[in-house]
Amino acid sequence: MSALQKMMGWIDDRFPLTATYKAHLSEYYAPKNFNFWYFFGSLALLVLVLQIVTGIFLTMSYKPDAELAFASVEYIMRDVDWGWLIRYMHSTGASMFFVVVYLHMFRGLMYGSYRKPRELIWIFGVLIYLALMAEAFLGYLLPWGQMSFWGAQVIVNLFAAVPFIGEDLSIWIRGDYVISDATLNRFFAFHVIALPLVLIALVAVHLVALHEVGSNNPDGIEIKKKKDPVTHIPLDGIPFHPYYTVKDIVGVIVFLMVFSAIVFFAPEMGGYFLEANNFVPADSLKTPAHIAPLWYFTPFYAILRAVPPLFGSQFPGVVAMGLSIVVLFFLPWLDRGKVKSIRYRGPIYKIMLALFLVSFIGLGYLGLLPSTPVATIFAQVFSVIYFLFFLLMPWYTSIDKTKPEPERVTG
Amino acid sequence: MSQEAEGQKVDANKRKFLIAATSAVGGVAAVGVAVPLVMSMLPSARAKAAGAPVEVDISKIEPGMLLTVEWRGKPVWVVNRTKEMLAQLGKHDDKLADAMSEQPQQPDYCKNATRSIKPEYLVAVGICTHLGCSPSEKLKLGGDSGMGSDWPGGFFCPCHGSTFDLAARVYKGVPAPTNLVIPPHQYLSDARLLIGVDAKGA
Repeated sequence: MSALQKMMGWIDDRFPLTATYKAHLSEYYAPKNFNFWYFFGSLALLVLVLQIVTGIFLTMSYKPDAELAFASVEYIMRDVDWGWLIRYMHSTGASMFFVVVYLHMFRGLMYGSYRKPRELIWIFGVLIYLALMAEAFLGYLLPWGQMSFWGAQVIVNLFAAVPFIGEDLSIWIRGDYVISDATLNRFFAFHVIALPLVLIALVAVHLVALHEVGSNNPDGIEIKKKKDPVTHIPLDGIPFHPYYTVKDIVGVIVFLMVFSAIVFFAPEMGGYFLEANNFVPADSLKTPAHIAPLWYFTPFYAILRAVPPLFGSQFPGVVAMGLSIVVLFFLPWLDRGKVKSIRYRGPIYKIMLALFLVSFIGLGYLGLLPSTPVATIFAQVFSVIYFLFFLLMPWYTSIDKTKPEPERVTG
Repeated sequence: MSQEAEGQKVDANKRKFLIAATSAVGGVAAVGVAVPLVMSMLPSARAKAAGAPVEVDISKIEPGMLLTVEWRGKPVWVVNRTKEMLAQLGKHDDKLADAMSEQPQQPDYCKNATRSIKPEYLVAVGICTHLGCSPSEKLKLGGDSGMGSDWPGGFFCPCHGSTFDLAARVYKGVPAPTNLVIPPHQYLSDARLLIGVDAKGA
């Protein structure tokens, strides 16, 4: 026995290192037919690590103080060696996080990855998405620019629209009667400690649940149903390591090429990743002429604006915006289709999914624009389609004419 | 197990009671610890004390002009309304959501046609009652503000398009539900305005 084997034996007697490695990598059998859409889970993990690492280094030079915050970000950009790179990696990482998460979620919609027995994976995933939105919103206040300030003002005031307790709730969130130093300081605490811990824990349970039931695949059939009679390994399964680790590295390299191109050549992305008005220090007396949230929030912002105030209250819009995310939790039970994957779905589901995609992107586009009567009507139509996709799902998935699923995975 | 081996029976009810009692006491302790943490997020004593009144010299505001002052971290507008501006106020009541200022958005002494103590001076918190943006001034009449030829002067919120007239009253059919807030204020002399406290006996 070599020294290395001896050492591994010593560790394995005290900690299940080899067993864990086998269970999650070398003997975790994933379907062999993963395609392009299966890159985004591992890429999301990569971006999470990038955000944590760059974030740690940013906190070394950032000052969470209303008097100093804006200048400290400029200090990072101009005076700290490589500070500009770390900061642009972090700001680009925020947007790219949502890019990969939206693609990852759309993959789930296409291949029915949320269906039994993967309901909890989906629910943990929606929770990750919620935590990610909170994390992004909290972080956006920290540079203390005009968009930081007025964006936080608008979003915290959404809570003030809650009947009866709203006003006190918004004061409790701000820690002051207006967005102020107290708000900045607590948002910093949530952004650098509380939410990252929640995110990491949720990612862990997301993966544990995934490895318990096994991955779905583009055919939406269970590879565990056809096992080798001797080894009990799924016939269509291949070990995650080395097959998918190597495949994912290709994805990582391509992703990093795109990521670097943005960081080096277009870190502001024409105002979509970093808004022009956020290069102006926060001024509590003057709202910028046009404020819009960052692109990844605009679909929900458009839903908020599409709902007219009822009984002199903005609350219905806030409820609609909240429900547009809450409805995602129920997706596993709304879908009554006989098959999981879009490959074997009937035409109705395909049309509904296409309409949903158009509505979501349309809402995202409208949320960037100033509110006009025409834009409001479009936003209302798209919002209705958004909700109908979910609410009518039990009906249209059950009457849809599906194709038979194959016995074994296809190419 | 050893107890059972010795012939002692486990009292399941007693055990259930002890588990429930321990959990309940633990739960109370957890809530007790959470209270100070949650309360620490309320406005601090310093934040509460920061609401001191602000004194403004209004003699320097030219007729038709607006001065923004900061009170409790919010913008407060003081507009010196001209006779022409005041003449416009009564003409568009039908387009307003609350022309008579029925909602308690102002002190009682400002619940009048001009929403002010002295008709020429409008004092209003420049925070939109929709989601808290600060509306832009569009004081000039008609096309001079870029608001259409029948615009009688007022304010326009850039965030969600709410409009207000020169008495800070909200128009119908816009996102903002109520008129802008008129803060408590009083005149110490003709030129000195104090924002944040009512006049004694008012």
